[in-house]
Amino acid sequence: MIRFENVGLRYGMGPEILRDVSFHIAPKSFQFLTGPSGAGKTSLLRLLFMALRPTRGLITAFGKDITSITPRELPLLRRRMGVVFQDFRLLDHLTTYENVALPHRVRGKDESSYRTDVIELLKWVGLGERIHVLPPVLSGGEKQRAAIARALIDQPQVLLADEPTGNVDPPLARRLLRLFMELNNSGTAVVIATHDLTLMDQVDARRMILNGGKLEIYD
Amino acid sequence: MTDVKTTHATNFKRYRRRFAENFGFGDETAPAAIVPEGNLAGNALVFVIAIMTFLASLTIGAVSIVRDTATTWQSQISREATIQIKPADNFDIEAALIKARDLASGMAGVRDAKVVDIEDTKRLLEPWLGTDFDVASLPVPRLVIVTIDPSSPPDFAVMRKTVTKAIPNSNVDDHRNWVDRLIKMARTMVILGVGVLVLVMAATALAVVFATRGAMSGNGDIIEVLHFVGAEAKFIARQFRNRFLLNGIKGALAGGFAAILVFFLVGIWSSYNLATPEGNQANALFGTFSIGRDGYLGVLAIIALVAVLTAETTRLTVIGYLHRMDNISGMHS
Repeated sequence: MIRFENVGLRYGMGPEILRDVSFHIAPKSFQFLTGPSGAGKTSLLRLLFMALRPTRGLITAFGKDITSITPRELPLLRRRMGVVFQDFRLLDHLTTYENVALPHRVRGKDESSYRTDVIELLKWVGLGERIHVLPPVLSGGEKQRAAIARALIDQPQVLLADEPTGNVDPPLARRLLRLFMELNNSGTAVVIATHDLTLMDQVDARRMILNGGKLEIYD
Repeated sequence: MTDVKTTHATNFKRYRRRFAENFGFGDETAPAAIVPEGNLAGNALVFVIAIMTFLASLTIGAVSIVRDTATTWQSQISREATIQIKPADNFDIEAALIKARDLASGMAGVRDAKVVDIEDTKRLLEPWLGTDFDVASLPVPRLVIVTIDPSSPPDFAVMRKTVTKAIPNSNVDDHRNWVDRLIKMARTMVILGVGVLVLVMAATALAVVFATRGAMSGNGDIIEVLHFVGAEAKFIARQFRNRFLLNGIKGALAGGFAAILVFFLVGIWSSYNLATPEGNQANALFGTFSIGRDGYLGVLAIIALVAVLTAETTRLTVIGYLHRMDNISGMHS
């Protein structure tokens, strides 16, 4: 589904952040992306999400070379991916419900067609009582769950999550992990960037470890 | 029938919601607008647009007044010609005046010819010579005013030839020199006015473009989020364009109507002052101080232009922002 071949990345004239990175995210797969802080996890996720272009090497997403994707095609490919940002990226002037419903809204769907789904998902992630609250009022964990719900709402083919349990307590982290696994069981490939070893120990999944810009994979 | 009504009601409700989603008002049950209403930069933008629209509208109104006034001067002066008869020894000037009048009034293209009698001549000279003088004792030329049919004016060369042949010490003045000078002056004033208008419009356009871009710069996070949740460029551009179009319309309407109000109030003031010497002078120069239909249409055109300019700048700024985001590579970031 997404394939990296000898991908290298550097910012400006700085050193290479990623070197000769090659891997394949298969449909319905589940993997953790880990490594020490500053190893390049977020940069790798940004490459996966086509928010960055590689300095060298080849990235193909859904069968297309990302360097040849036109601006018109890009949103259509992004709709097949869900992303949970480390800093949540919720819009502060929209309620939790409106933030989670945003992917549907930008696709031009009528609100009556997704209202029930959004409310059910919000209840599922434990935000049933916070539907009409604005993000500045939410706690870090609540923002995290709202961001996850927004990434999941349109049932993406791949979910990319950057430290999705970084702001939640262990019981909620386990619950969110269970959510990701259920999503994976229903056919979505999942990539979770984390350095939470406890979280990774709970699932027997592929581990992609970034160190010094090189990627090692343990299936 | 009921089905049609229900369909119309549903469509209207949907339309109201879409409108409210785009513009942020009109349906309280609709989700909040994706681009939030008014922040400090947005309010500053409304003020900048209002001020620049006001200045541009004043300029277009002033150009309109100058053009209308010049046209009026031109048409008033070209409606008349004058036959001057100079006094001489042993010359019956009164008989010559009547002869000149009859000759002129018999010509094609002349509506009327009238001798300026001795009393009127005296009144004409009053500002220079006072009331206590004898016109007959001075070698003052006498006049015949010829009113011309502006749609088919007479042949002045023939009139001049005929009158000077019959009355040698006469002279026919068709005011051509005056009219030519006025046309030149009026054209120069209109060209200058249009030049000033172009400069003011260019300044308005630049101020609107930079104020819009400034107001937009605080919305980068919204553009990024929309982009990452799969919104198409035209969807994002539409959201911002609609929001800023509203700001543009608000500012342009405020500025444009303030200018119209100024013209209206000055018009009222000048009509109240018609009887005073200052009012007379202003009236002689500018006619009634009114910008006329073209002036009002010009102000409305500026309001529309400024609103469209704001919306289009927003759209292009968003497209440019998205273009830069999509072309970020590790090498160039």
